[in-house]
Amino acid sequence: MADQDVALMAHLLRRAGFGASRDEIEAKATQGYDATVQALLHPDDQPGVEDDLIMRYQPSYHEAAAIENNVQSWLYRMINSPRQLQEKVALFWHMIFCAGHSKIDSGQEMGIMIQMFRDHGMGSFRDLLLQLSLSPGMMYYLDNSESHKANLNENYGRELLELFSLGVGMDEAFNYSEDDVKVCARAFTGWNVAPAYPPFPYGRSPWEFRFDPADHDDSEKTFLGETGNWDGSDIIDIVCKQPATARFLARHMYNYFVADEPQIPAWRLTPPRDEAAIKMLEKTYFDSGYNIGAMLEVLFTSDFFKSEDVRYAKVKSPAEVVAGTLRLVGDHREIMPGLFEISQEPKYMGMDLMNPPTVEGWHTGREWIDSGTLVERINFASDYLGNTEMPGIKDIVNRLAAMGGSLTPADFVDGCLDLVGPLLVGNDTREELTAHAQKSGELSHGSDAERAEFTRRTGEMLQMIAATAEFQFG
Amino acid sequence: MVSTKKDPVLAVLSLSGGNDGLNTVIPRNSGLYRDFRPTLGIPEDQIIPINDELGFHPAMGPLKKFWDQGKLAIFLGIGYATPSYSHFRSMDIWHTCEPEIIGTEGWLGRAIKDFDPSGENVLTGVNFGRGLPRALVKDGVPVASVGNLETYGLLTGIDGESQRNEALDVFGRMYSPAVGRGAVLDYIHRTGTDALKGADILATAPDNYTSTVEYSNTAVGQYMKNIAQTHLAGFGTRVLYTTSPYNSFDTHANQGQLHSGLWSDVSNTVENFFDDLHEHDAADNVTLFMFTEFGRRVSDNGSGTDHGASGIAFAVGDHVKGGVYGEYPSLEPTQQEDGGNLKSSMDFRQVYTSILEDWLHLDASPIIGGKFEPVKFF
Repeated sequence: MADQDVALMAHLLRRAGFGASRDEIEAKATQGYDATVQALLHPDDQPGVEDDLIMRYQPSYHEAAAIENNVQSWLYRMINSPRQLQEKVALFWHMIFCAGHSKIDSGQEMGIMIQMFRDHGMGSFRDLLLQLSLSPGMMYYLDNSESHKANLNENYGRELLELFSLGVGMDEAFNYSEDDVKVCARAFTGWNVAPAYPPFPYGRSPWEFRFDPADHDDSEKTFLGETGNWDGSDIIDIVCKQPATARFLARHMYNYFVADEPQIPAWRLTPPRDEAAIKMLEKTYFDSGYNIGAMLEVLFTSDFFKSEDVRYAKVKSPAEVVAGTLRLVGDHREIMPGLFEISQEPKYMGMDLMNPPTVEGWHTGREWIDSGTLVERINFASDYLGNTEMPGIKDIVNRLAAMGGSLTPADFVDGCLDLVGPLLVGNDTREELTAHAQKSGELSHGSDAERAEFTRRTGEMLQMIAATAEFQFG
Repeated sequence: MVSTKKDPVLAVLSLSGGNDGLNTVIPRNSGLYRDFRPTLGIPEDQIIPINDELGFHPAMGPLKKFWDQGKLAIFLGIGYATPSYSHFRSMDIWHTCEPEIIGTEGWLGRAIKDFDPSGENVLTGVNFGRGLPRALVKDGVPVASVGNLETYGLLTGIDGESQRNEALDVFGRMYSPAVGRGAVLDYIHRTGTDALKGADILATAPDNYTSTVEYSNTAVGQYMKNIAQTHLAGFGTRVLYTTSPYNSFDTHANQGQLHSGLWSDVSNTVENFFDDLHEHDAADNVTLFMFTEFGRRVSDNGSGTDHGASGIAFAVGDHVKGGVYGEYPSLEPTQQEDGGNLKSSMDFRQVYTSILEDWLHLDASPIIGGKFEPVKFF
């Protein structure tokens, strides 16, 4: 198999999923790139996680009220779902359509919202925005439940336009006016949840969406230049027609799946890194009737995505660090104790899943890294990569041994870098790693003692690779 | 403004989960307290009297000693208007001083920035516990977050001291500051160098520490010991922060037993902590602040208590002017709000103002976002 096929497939599986073992990368590369993209784009044709086994061994995940169980159950799916893109897309929407447990105060509602992203995240963007506006968690999180015909609350109306669809502006112009925000909020009056919160005196029960016609402002409105007795779904129709929405989605997809862009508030004034790519995605948005899956298909099969220029051009999110490490080393590939502790790790690295810091979401790219989170990332990954009992690490040792009876330090380092990625590192990094390997000389694995030392040195080298700055990119 | 021999230091212990204020500082003569706490009310003869009206939970004996010495400030009815009953949101409000909008910067992150604007000392602020509390978050402020001081560092999973030291040497060289690798890589290299520097310095703290004090083996005991060790090591740390983990004060059920255990641990640990500092003649410049995100419902639920509003906070230290500050919120049913909660009578930012201005000698209003009448307790 050609090395470039493996490298490209590894890139696809890192971006359209949470990475993979070398066995899986090779198997997918054999099936072919386009076939793999098609399988990723059609999760319903693929087996899902084995829900019956989860119900048997981890019944606490089912309709769990506690946030911890919902986060754990999601991490389990990131690691184990054969429908990798579905989970990656759910995370994509969670990072844009931010709502958090800190206010919603119900793990179950958060779990329901993430499931909605799985179910609708690759279909029509119009349907997705409608589902979002019918989501009780979101209606509560952004105070639409406090927005009344006689007493307007603009929070959801504003964020729907600013953060969920049009964006503040593009090509230096603004995409909507303050009047549009008010009209948008008026159109969503009466879109409410029941039962009311705080849940005194009876305690918490699941929410449902409830439309209250008496509280809905049914009068004539002018929104983005169009006049009528608009309600929320009409607003969504008008929003979806706007070129700004196509731009917004295209830039978000590029930023999440292809390469780090500047932070979102800078987008009005900062042109995209790759204008041609954005244009291609915008065109697909309209040609396909707002279809997200169609945009993703164009993206993953494009030259700009396959280009070597965008490999490792993204700082991994904490979810990618944690799920990706476990997939590489092959731990928690079945239901077993200990996932609770691991599900807390993204939080230690600055990404409290299901609880984004604000409605604007996490700051991504280099802002994932500070002196606290970098220590957490390095120690988590290097502890796992140095554990030579892990199935994925045993496989790496076997593959290195198969390279020859005796390895030079330089070949050994290159082999390790290849098998954890293939990871691209700077020359100075490679020289430091090689100089370190040289101190103990060539590596053989003929005798049991040699094999044990070979294994030990592999674990040690992988630990140091996990500690490199380059390993922070995916 | 207080003057200390060495720069003033703030230690914070967050009692996460929502401590039941009503059973911590008890309105011991109130008939309503008895009415609302049929199961969880503390029997009169077990309450440790503070004054004619108030008393401590029976497990708080060690804290009573600080009270007797005039070194314990008790803040009654502390909270903020329009309470949130969510742990995380309410904690965020205490951390960011932003009750209206969702803030991203912490009040102590801003204080650290004022102490050390260019981030020269990577240990100006240190947190004990995993993950950085929002209180300490601010762009450009390096704060070490230490799960366990004994084992803190980079590449801690490498077996064998010499192997690990070699790996750390390689790490130091790989991350050695250089430019031209690209903006993001350069930034990560600088951050890695900072982290390594912080870890190297912190690692020396336990080695140089001896004490006759034995802390309890709980998370609170060990984290407070780590705070003492770091303070005694003299790294120039000004803010030391830790949290009683796992939302442990969230006593919805079985509160009688749980709450006793929690306060016994916290009270003993506070005593150990100050004994330790005094043993090393290092207490003069330390104030300890303890708070929780909210109090609990006035009525017990038969086994525990549910989320409530205003609560109790404490400050301890040689320069603290002992006393009871603020008013106990009324237990009268007509005075309760939102279905049975105590109304707060003091804004937490009044206490922060005093801590920042009188103790840390910083300008409070840019840090907490406004002017609040300080509670003068120094």
